[in-house]
Amino acid sequence: MKRIYSVSVENRSGVLCKVAGLFSRRCFNIDSLAVGETDDPTVSCMTIVSSGDERTIEQIEKQLNKKLDVIKVKTFDESASISRELMLIKVKYNRSNRRDIMENCDIMKAQIVDMSKNMMIIQICDEPERIQLFIKMLQSISIVEVARTGTLALPKCRDMEG
Amino acid sequence: MQLTGAEIVVECLKEQDVDTVFGYPGGTILNVYDALYKHSGEINHILTSHEQGAAHAADGYARATGKVGVCLATSGPGATNLVTGIATAYMDSVPMVAITCNVNLPLLGKDSFQEVDIAGVTMPITKHGYIVKDVNILADTIRKAFKIAKSGRPGPVLVDITKDVTANTCDYEPVKPEEEPTAKNYTENDIDKALELIQAAEKPFIYVGGGAVISGAAEEVTAFAKKLDAPVCDTLMGKGAFDGHDPLYTGMIGMHGTKTSNFGVSECDLLIALGARFSDRVVGNPQKFAGNAKVLHIDMDAAEINKNIRTDASIVGDLKEVLTVLNSRLPQMEHTGWIAHIREMKEKYPLNYDNSALSCPYVVEELDRITKGEAIVTTDVGQHQMWAAQYYKYSKPRTFLSSGGLGTMGYGLGACIGAKMGNPDKICVNIAGDGCFRMNMNELATASRYNIPIIQIVINNHVLGMVRQWQTLFYGQRYSQTVLNDKVDFCKVAEGLGCAAIRVTAKEEVAPAIEKAIALKAPVLIECVIPEDDKVFPMVPAGAPISEAFDETDMEKA
Repeated sequence: MKRIYSVSVENRSGVLCKVAGLFSRRCFNIDSLAVGETDDPTVSCMTIVSSGDERTIEQIEKQLNKKLDVIKVKTFDESASISRELMLIKVKYNRSNRRDIMENCDIMKAQIVDMSKNMMIIQICDEPERIQLFIKMLQSISIVEVARTGTLALPKCRDMEG
Repeated sequence: MQLTGAEIVVECLKEQDVDTVFGYPGGTILNVYDALYKHSGEINHILTSHEQGAAHAADGYARATGKVGVCLATSGPGATNLVTGIATAYMDSVPMVAITCNVNLPLLGKDSFQEVDIAGVTMPITKHGYIVKDVNILADTIRKAFKIAKSGRPGPVLVDITKDVTANTCDYEPVKPEEEPTAKNYTENDIDKALELIQAAEKPFIYVGGGAVISGAAEEVTAFAKKLDAPVCDTLMGKGAFDGHDPLYTGMIGMHGTKTSNFGVSECDLLIALGARFSDRVVGNPQKFAGNAKVLHIDMDAAEINKNIRTDASIVGDLKEVLTVLNSRLPQMEHTGWIAHIREMKEKYPLNYDNSALSCPYVVEELDRITKGEAIVTTDVGQHQMWAAQYYKYSKPRTFLSSGGLGTMGYGLGACIGAKMGNPDKICVNIAGDGCFRMNMNELATASRYNIPIIQIVINNHVLGMVRQWQTLFYGQRYSQTVLNDKVDFCKVAEGLGCAAIRVTAKEEVAPAIEKAIALKAPVLIECVIPEDDKVFPMVPAGAPISEAFDETDMEKA
């Protein structure tokens, strides 16, 4: 079972280490992790995607809540959230496959953001599964390197009560 | 007023009513020791032989008094020597503040002399940790450290201060620590559900853990057990929260628990865990643990609920408070048939040992008789620890101090010194095996330096008894590295470290030795020489269901 944890933490050195250490010490998986400052510079938001059985998922939330640097933990399913990931992918191209690549970029709404005579960097921002799909589509040509942000997610908007 | 960081450290300790600290000086912590020198009339510093001893002493002081224990160490090796002591405190939820100093801020991160990232090293074994790099936040950081150490589920907190911070000055104003009420984490619904389960149960069993001691809930636990008319077992950490003499008491549960507790919990229809965490040493096989029972779990720490054992109902909160509520809403109950069945088991399966020769159980029973069960007993880890838990009848909380979670050999002597510093009027005895005693026996020098009248009993079987017991039962009697039959003379060691020493080799010498040790009012070592193959029973093999507890008679039958 996949779960997304949106964890507000104190924006201080060592906090990432504490949270990551908690996951490794308790044998929890981290599928992806993205960290950045929020609108409040004293608070960072960690988006952690993790998988495990129901019991593990319950423990992850409880153990996160015990950490004194953790301000708030929100957990949600992928289906209840809007999730995005940014990827930069550098590929080698030649005359014969250049068109194909550009077509693929069109289909997937990806952009070419840098180019040389035989290399290009493509940027794509989409749901994690579509990022995976895009990698698959480019696999037939030679991928040089890939950088991904990891999943960012927020729970879907609902009309506020009251 | 303008004070240096070092003076602020001392002032903050005074704010928290700290009267005793344990530690060892060194290069980076010199400023703090200089301030302690000036305030030696207000804060008593106990210099140990090794920083590990200081950490265990702070731990023992905290467990025996309920106050926060404080230990000090310098950077690098001083700080790393605290690590085992901090981990010991962490596993048993002991409130402790460990203050270390680090190299000057400009030298931090440069692999400087005696530099170690102690906050990083202790990250997984502390409740929280701080590195203080600015004198202006020093006082508040120390205040927060104390608050965190003792609030909620207690634990050790590390405060690492760079040396220049201890020299820098800033304005300091004393602040009185405020008692903060613990947040209420449970709902009426949780209480109702618990009451429902309790009232529906025909064969309830109460399982008391260390949380009952920490919460100061001994009275409420007793009232609860009487109201429920239910048998009570405890864990190593829970000892003393429920009176070991009470007819409802069935003894310890788990790997070396009584058959009555282990069979009783396997038979019961409701298991009520009070401040206990279902450690593997208690549950054996989690799939089969309390297999016929619903489980009601009351604990301070929400993360303990459903961690090792699935519960049917739970209340997250301070045990004393929760039990007060439950006791006020429960009618007096009667479980006559169930209690009679438990009583039959108690008669059928008493703890027993071979009383023909000198043995550790005999020594512990004599100690119990002579001290009227009112001593503070600390232990190391192994066979003697289990015997000290089984054969001394603890009737008050904070009288049995033992490393339950981490299982730290070498814990007891330091802890005993700490316990005695916190309870000068009580008889404090450390029971150790010969293997454990060797690990930190240098702390006898601490006891003799300050004339701290502790009694160190060394149960000498010339082997690592518990490991040997496993080698006998599960490893074909291949005694790999567990025979310690060398020329070490523990009595001479004790005398060499400035303590009195008595060697006991026969049963009739035990009582006079203990009486003499008490009368001496000085640190004394009593070496009791016992056979190498005495075993701790009953026993449940690791990972087996506790319903499979066996003892020597079962082995003879098999």
